[in-house]
Amino acid sequence: MAQIFHRSTNTLSRLSIFGAVFIIGGLFTVGAILVRSPYVTNVGVPVPQPVLFSHKHHVGDDGIDCRYCHASVEVSAFAGMPATETCMHCHSQLFNDSPMLQPVTTSAATGLPIAWNRVYQLPDFVYFDHSIHVNKGVGCTTCHGQVDEMPLIQKATSLQMTWCLECHRDPARFVRPRDEVFSMTWQPPPDQAALGAKLVSEYHITSKTNCWTCHR
Amino acid sequence: MAQEINNPTRAPVLAPGYTYRSVTDKISSIVLRGTPRGWYVGFAISFLLAMLLLFAMTYLLIAGIGVWGVNIPVGWGFAITNFVWWIGIGHAGTLISAILLLLRQPWRTSINRFAEAMTLFAVANAALFPILHLGRPYFAYWLFPYPDVMGVWPQFRSPLIWDLFAITTYGLVSLLFWYMGLVPDLATLRDRATKTPVKMFYGLLAMGWRGSVYHWRRYHKSYFLIAALATPLVVSVHSIVSFDFAVSIVPGWHTTIFPPYFVAGAIFSGFAMVLTLTIPLRAVYHLEDFVTMRHLNVMAKVMLASGLIVAYGYMMEFFTSWYSGNTFEQFMTLNRAFGPYAVLFWLMMLCNVVIPQALWLRRVRANVILLFVISILINVGMWVERLVIVVTSLSRDFLPSSWGMYAPTLWDWAVFIGTFGLFFALLFLFIRLLPMISMAEMRELVQETGAGEAH
Repeated sequence: MAQIFHRSTNTLSRLSIFGAVFIIGGLFTVGAILVRSPYVTNVGVPVPQPVLFSHKHHVGDDGIDCRYCHASVEVSAFAGMPATETCMHCHSQLFNDSPMLQPVTTSAATGLPIAWNRVYQLPDFVYFDHSIHVNKGVGCTTCHGQVDEMPLIQKATSLQMTWCLECHRDPARFVRPRDEVFSMTWQPPPDQAALGAKLVSEYHITSKTNCWTCHR
Repeated sequence: MAQEINNPTRAPVLAPGYTYRSVTDKISSIVLRGTPRGWYVGFAISFLLAMLLLFAMTYLLIAGIGVWGVNIPVGWGFAITNFVWWIGIGHAGTLISAILLLLRQPWRTSINRFAEAMTLFAVANAALFPILHLGRPYFAYWLFPYPDVMGVWPQFRSPLIWDLFAITTYGLVSLLFWYMGLVPDLATLRDRATKTPVKMFYGLLAMGWRGSVYHWRRYHKSYFLIAALATPLVVSVHSIVSFDFAVSIVPGWHTTIFPPYFVAGAIFSGFAMVLTLTIPLRAVYHLEDFVTMRHLNVMAKVMLASGLIVAYGYMMEFFTSWYSGNTFEQFMTLNRAFGPYAVLFWLMMLCNVVIPQALWLRRVRANVILLFVISILINVGMWVERLVIVVTSLSRDFLPSSWGMYAPTLWDWAVFIGTFGLFFALLFLFIRLLPMISMAEMRELVQETGAGEAH
């Protein structure tokens, strides 16, 4: 009887069975990589702002403390955004005629606040409080990265739940002494394990991984 | 025929006078000859109903689960009832194909292919419901343990996760088993087809089967292996489904008898469905010589036996609720029998306990029409049983202040009726495109029973 298929079909069918495993596995792998990539998380992608404000200049070059502008970070859930008056402390004198500063001077003149765009946007179903983290020894740079090296502000961490849980499951790896919280240069010492364990007990840090800790 | 009616137990599993060729001719001609007009009518009706399912599902997904009648306290309405019912129906297929194969029962041969197809389509329907009844069906994939970015795993202590594994395993093993069995038959169809596209269709599906001794040796080995793998599934899948109920603390659900009682119920309803489908099919396609009165008789007996186990389960539930001395259990039993849903309870008792007793009589087992009617009533009864279990327990549990009634909406009905459409549409396609009786195994049967000429 005449053959329906050419001889090469054997190879093709074997290849397709073999290949299907890798194609399906590959698709899952690509998906898993994609959701962790900046394409989805926006890590390292600058967020456009109404003012060309450089954290690198203000924090890195001028050495202004985080709390000068984000004043409520130690006492409130929200770190706080500076009022235009805060900018004007200096800029009423410095560069006050620069066109780059024009949105700020306009805001100061009209009283309309500057509409900054949020960079660290948590979903509405996540409860987060800055003050508790800062007061228990979680440094600014732990989550926000080296802000003093960012000419344009951007996310340094993914904000994915795995990332939150990394610290919530084992805070000793990340906590630092309270007086180092606002330091831009603090690096975990070689004995972070010992230091972390000591701080965890000293600051009464209880690792909270209940669902309702964040999803209230 | 007269002798058959008098004594279906003695009827042969294959009518005499068949040869290898005539068996193959008869079964393959259903697939390879033209399509009868009745097929188009049947398929069109089923397809329309399947579209109703699609429509109802789309509306459900857009509008949300509020279009169904479910609410607190009755959060499980038709969806879980249908789920348990459909998955239960599948069990007969696996029992026939796997357990009866290992037990070398010759009467499985002409009904196993068909029953396996029924299993697959029933499981496909069943698998829809747990997903549809999630509040947020688009997160159904969270049930799978995959490396997610949330850093959490599914709750492995939850029966919902066990369900997922039980059903996917069941679906996959059933599909493999069904396809394995089909391969030699697909090769037969390939060889008998006259048109090139048809040849190519079956040729691709037959995966190069040549019928060499090596092929057969490996085929038999792997077929038995998969049968051995599928055998525990007959017991495990519905046991796990019953855990959805039994693991909770709701009166009427929190019962240790649930797993065996559910398994018996599954086989009971599954065989009823096999009969419901086989009886018209054998008449329409004139397959009385292959699916003989012996088959119907044996299936009726299995139905009777599993029905008795189900009846025993009911009795034990009553006994345990009385013997436990637990107020809530006792109330639950009384509420089932005399509460607002009492009609359903008595319908269930009538269909599942009283009517199957007729199967004790040989005259009833030999009457095709009566068997058909009884099998449909058992299907109805088993569906009602699941509704009774789901609804009566939830609507009146511990606190009278949190009681509430459940009534299905039009959308509940649309989804339920729609699943019949999907089931029958797939079944019609199966009958048209694939041999509904295993030709290879029938040829073996010709030899084993010595029905044909001497070899």
